[in-house]
Amino acid sequence: MRLLIVEDDREAADYLKKALREAGHMAEVANDGDTGLAIALDESFDVLVVDRMLPKRDGLSLVSDLRSRGNETPILILSALGQVDDRVTGLRAGGDDYLAKPYAFSELLARVEVLARRRAPNSADTVYRVGDLELDRLSHQVTRGGEEIVLQPREFRLLEYLMRHAGQVVTRTMLLENVWDYHFDPQTNVIDVHVSRLRSKIDKGFAKPLLQTVRGAGYMIRDGAR
Amino acid sequence: MTALGKLLRTTAFKIIAVYLIVFALFAMAVIGYLARHTQALVVSQITETIDAEIKNLQEVHADGGIGRLIDVIAARAQQPGSNLYLVTSFNGAVLASNVTDIDNVTLSRQGWSEISYRRTDEAADSLHDSRALVRVAFIGGFRVLVGRDIEERERLREILATPARWSLAVIVLLGIAGGVFVTRRVMKRIDNMTATSEQIMRGDFGGRLAVTGSGDEFDRLANSLNAMLGRIENLMGGLKHVSDNIAHDLKTPLTRLRNRAEEALRKNQTEKELRRALESTIEESDNLIRTFDALLMISRAEAGEVRKTMIDFDAAEIARDVAELYEPVAEEGGLKLGIDAPDALPVRGSRELVSQALANLIDNAIKHGGTTAGSKVTVAARKSGDRIQFTIGDRGPGIPEADRLRVLERFVRLEESRSRPGAGLGLSLALAVAKLHGGDLRLEDNSPGLKVTLAIPAQPVQTKGT
Repeated sequence: MRLLIVEDDREAADYLKKALREAGHMAEVANDGDTGLAIALDESFDVLVVDRMLPKRDGLSLVSDLRSRGNETPILILSALGQVDDRVTGLRAGGDDYLAKPYAFSELLARVEVLARRRAPNSADTVYRVGDLELDRLSHQVTRGGEEIVLQPREFRLLEYLMRHAGQVVTRTMLLENVWDYHFDPQTNVIDVHVSRLRSKIDKGFAKPLLQTVRGAGYMIRDGAR
Repeated sequence: MTALGKLLRTTAFKIIAVYLIVFALFAMAVIGYLARHTQALVVSQITETIDAEIKNLQEVHADGGIGRLIDVIAARAQQPGSNLYLVTSFNGAVLASNVTDIDNVTLSRQGWSEISYRRTDEAADSLHDSRALVRVAFIGGFRVLVGRDIEERERLREILATPARWSLAVIVLLGIAGGVFVTRRVMKRIDNMTATSEQIMRGDFGGRLAVTGSGDEFDRLANSLNAMLGRIENLMGGLKHVSDNIAHDLKTPLTRLRNRAEEALRKNQTEKELRRALESTIEESDNLIRTFDALLMISRAEAGEVRKTMIDFDAAEIARDVAELYEPVAEEGGLKLGIDAPDALPVRGSRELVSQALANLIDNAIKHGGTTAGSKVTVAARKSGDRIQFTIGDRGPGIPEADRLRVLERFVRLEESRSRPGAGLGLSLALAVAKLHGGDLRLEDNSPGLKVTLAIPAQPVQTKGT
């Protein structure tokens, strides 16, 4: 995956670049808004990571400028302003996701990977499959090995989100944001409890666990044998 | 700016000047109207007299012929203070008169005209410019002019004009004097207000504007400004309190953080131990970040910035959602979580902040309400009057009445051991959120346990006066 990091703090940018390379991705760095816009228009990237406060041209204007020129590259906005209304203005300007500083790198990586794959066509599928687990988005039926599993509505949405991003790490905040539509800090391990409930329904009694905990990052659903 | 210049610029003075002009115009209009009517009356008296005279002369001519007419006119013309008379033959020869210098145009046709004249007994070079209202009538082939001086009318104009000028002058003077007086009084109070505000701006937030108690518009202004100052003072006080608390309460985890990093460096550690030390450092800094975020959220709610992004949402749905989010956690802790929010409760506000506040309250109830197995945490959302009440009750140890206000402050935690996670900000945030929406937060005895009620108005908060 090829990324462009637009960030004026050189240390933060270098750290990101290095960490992304270790995760197997290529990253370019631009240190101000004008350069960032020029490079983003000139070359092709899978995801842009744009800091909100930049010299010369601020991040929001960069994002809305790119969008007005028809550039649809997924954008993750980074900001030290993490409050609800800041998030709303960031997403309105054309950003696809918003991450407040300071963040855990695992969180950023998970979000960037989800963004890069957002354009993949599988989001239009009506049936998600992971191993012998099947989720039908239309009939709301979940089966594993042909046997039906009964889920609560929220558990269904949780599984649906995990399966849409099968093979990708999904963090707890991503789950809270996308499954519950909350952007706050739940303080307790609420998400963990919900996930372990779901796990007991879909993995219990089966030899091969599908829903895995990724230490220090979040969760991932995948067919382990693959 | 000179004192006069300052005075002239005040709104009060401008208003008074406009009133003065309007009033003077009105007075002038009244006087003018009166003058016109009096003059019209005088003129109509003159014309009536002249008409009667002409009629009389026509009768004289009918009775005694032209000779008699000329005799009568000549006699009347000699009387002191008489009317003006002139009789000529049809070709213009003067037969009897007491006036001269009458132009032929006037004499050539019958009817009324206003002319200048000279009496025959006055010197030809007399500067006396007299004007008269005359009527010419043709009687038996002779031209007869009867007229009357209109000096009376002019004099009347004079009589009226002089007091009119004087009264106008008096009106203007009184107006200006009154204006200066009123403006100075108003200005004095405004100057006082300005002085007080400047003093407050210099940092004395305890200062308040003087209220005279008369209940006038200045008092109302002063009262609302004072209320605003009170609010600012509260916010400032809160800010100072927060900074003090932050300094105090964040030093502890920062010290812990530093100690761990130092310890990791000091000894000959195995890689596994180093890794553990780093992990706990990250965990500790995450907690710090969380605390900072909560603090930021509280101060934003208190500052009311979030009002721009308020939306309409269903309070009952939020209550059900958040309770559902925490339900598995409660169950893990051996608690039952009861949800009672059957009806839709439309409300306008910050969905994020209200749900965060509820999450904090439910989280608290689960953390502190789990003493005996099978005890219950209840979450209810109901309409009560014009308010929506979220009630979260637990069966834990509760909070002694004496501490119920104190726990709303930032960083206040009742357990001395501080063994459980949390920074003591949950209730502070819930309170700030309640206040942001124009509601309040109450802590009560649930006998046993604690009952927290978060109330917010069901209708959108409307600013007074709209």
